[in-house]
Order: sequence, then structure tokens, then C-alpha cells
Amino acid sequence: MKVAVIRFPGSNCDQDALFALREDVGVGAEYVWHEERSLAGFDAVFLPGGFSYGDYLRCGAMASRAPIMEEVRAFAEHGKPVIGACNGFQILCEAGLLPGALLLNEHEKFVCKYVSLEAVNRTSLWTRGVDRPIQIPIAHGEGRYVCDEETLAELKAKDRIAFRYLGENPNGSVDGIAGILNERGNVLGLMPHPERATKSLLGSADGLFVLNGLTRIAVQA
Amino acid sequence: MTTVRVYVTLKPALLDSAGRTVAGALQKLGFAEVQETRIGKLIELKVSDYSEEKVKAMCDQLLANPVIENYRFEVVA
Repeated sequence: MKVAVIRFPGSNCDQDALFALREDVGVGAEYVWHEERSLAGFDAVFLPGGFSYGDYLRCGAMASRAPIMEEVRAFAEHGKPVIGACNGFQILCEAGLLPGALLLNEHEKFVCKYVSLEAVNRTSLWTRGVDRPIQIPIAHGEGRYVCDEETLAELKAKDRIAFRYLGENPNGSVDGIAGILNERGNVLGLMPHPERATKSLLGSADGLFVLNGLTRIAVQA
Repeated sequence: MTTVRVYVTLKPALLDSAGRTVAGALQKLGFAEVQETRIGKLIELKVSDYSEEKVKAMCDQLLANPVIENYRFEVVA
């Protein structure tokens, strides 16, 4: 089991992701530079947070057109696990692998704190077994999830809302959405950072609820 | 060489939170008549060979995100 942690110029959660995957989730993980064109030998993809390409034009816009993303697209279409946290979520939306977009927080401020999340979907690789509220930090200025009403209705009808914020909505996301799944359920995008909550020393180990989905794949493989 | 100006704006239904802050600042400066401010982008392209179809393709593929934005463009020189 080996996870590709994709690095773009401006990624800054790549080291956290690699560390959490290796040390706390217990799977193999290697960096893959955005200019690469192959994911041969990898079983899953982690798109880390940060400010890829300085957030030029729109958050995730430039990264979503990077050479490696063609491969990530094919990977996702083959049903392999792809997770994008924070900037990774923005990249997945810009790439069209997930619907909707992330806009500047409603209150305009950067928000960095622990939030409580409820798993709405309970059957996907990423959300299976999340049977209680989980505490995971967020750290973003542009995390207001928006989509049109038709898309929202479809997300609800097909059980594709992975996580909702419990209590206060920290960024003004429609329907309190913190993370969504693609139709097949193998691609997860979320604003919270599961890789920053993988041991109690960090304040919470609840990120493992999400990332342990990868070990289930390893067992099946 | 042709200069093309592409204007990208947030769809009217979406809240422009940065624009709202700017409107508040203008009001504080005494411009009480300001009811709303919306911020967009102006992207100026210089192209060796202008084609409306190609500029449209550039907007659709990268310059604007159809989920949240509208765009229009004009040739200025």
C-alpha cells in the first residue's frame, strides 16, 4: 500500500501528510512532484493543503491543470482512493472531479481552529465507521463551499455529503458542508485537515477515522 | 498584436464577502450612497492572432470558473 502525496509549488501540508500516513496510519507514502506524469506503483493519492501556485487566479485553478492531474483524473476514474484536504479540496473542485467551488469565507477572515464534524455519509471508504462527532482542525481563508441548488439536491439524494460542520458554520458553506464525495465515493474533498489530527499529542487523533480508510484498501489489496 | 480584455465577475447570486467589506469601507469614508460593491478581475491578453473562439476557449478552460463566475471580453486594440 503506497500513497502518492502530490507536491505543487506552494503546497505546505505535504510533510504533515507524509508523516501522518507513514507514522500514524502505517502505510507507505512518497512525494510525487506535480510535473510527473505517472502514478505507477501507487494505490492512493493525497492532495495536500497549502497555497499551490500562490492561489493565483483562483484557489487550486493552476494546480488543477498541472501535468500530474491528468493521471490523478484517470486514477479517480478507475475507482482508486483520492483525498484532497483544504487546498487539495479546492484543486479537486477546480479539476471537475468534485462539483461546486470554494469561495472566500463569509466573514472574510482566515479561520484556524478545531471544528466538530458529523459524517453524513456512513458507507464510503472514508466515512465508514465515523459513528460519533469527530474533532479535526480547519485552517483556511477560502472554505465557503458553494454549488447550485440542483447539485446540492443531487449531493443529498446520492448520499455524497461526507461531512458537515456541527454547531457553528465556520465559513458560511452551503448546508454546513465540510466535505463531499464523488459519485462513486472513492474521491473525498474536505476543508478540515485530517493529517493534522493523528495523535492525541496533537490535540486529537480523530483524523485517523478518515485516513484509516486507506488501511482498509490495503487489507483488501 | 491584439489586446483583449477579459472581465471575470462572480455570479450575481453568490455573496462577494470581500466586496461587502470594501462597500463598508467606502461608506465609512463618507460615500453613503454606496449600496453594494462587487469585485471582479480584469485579465488583459496580448495575442499574436486574435480569434474570438480561442479567447472563449481560454476563458472556459482556465480564466473563469463557470460554477461561480461569468465572463465577457472585448478587443481594445
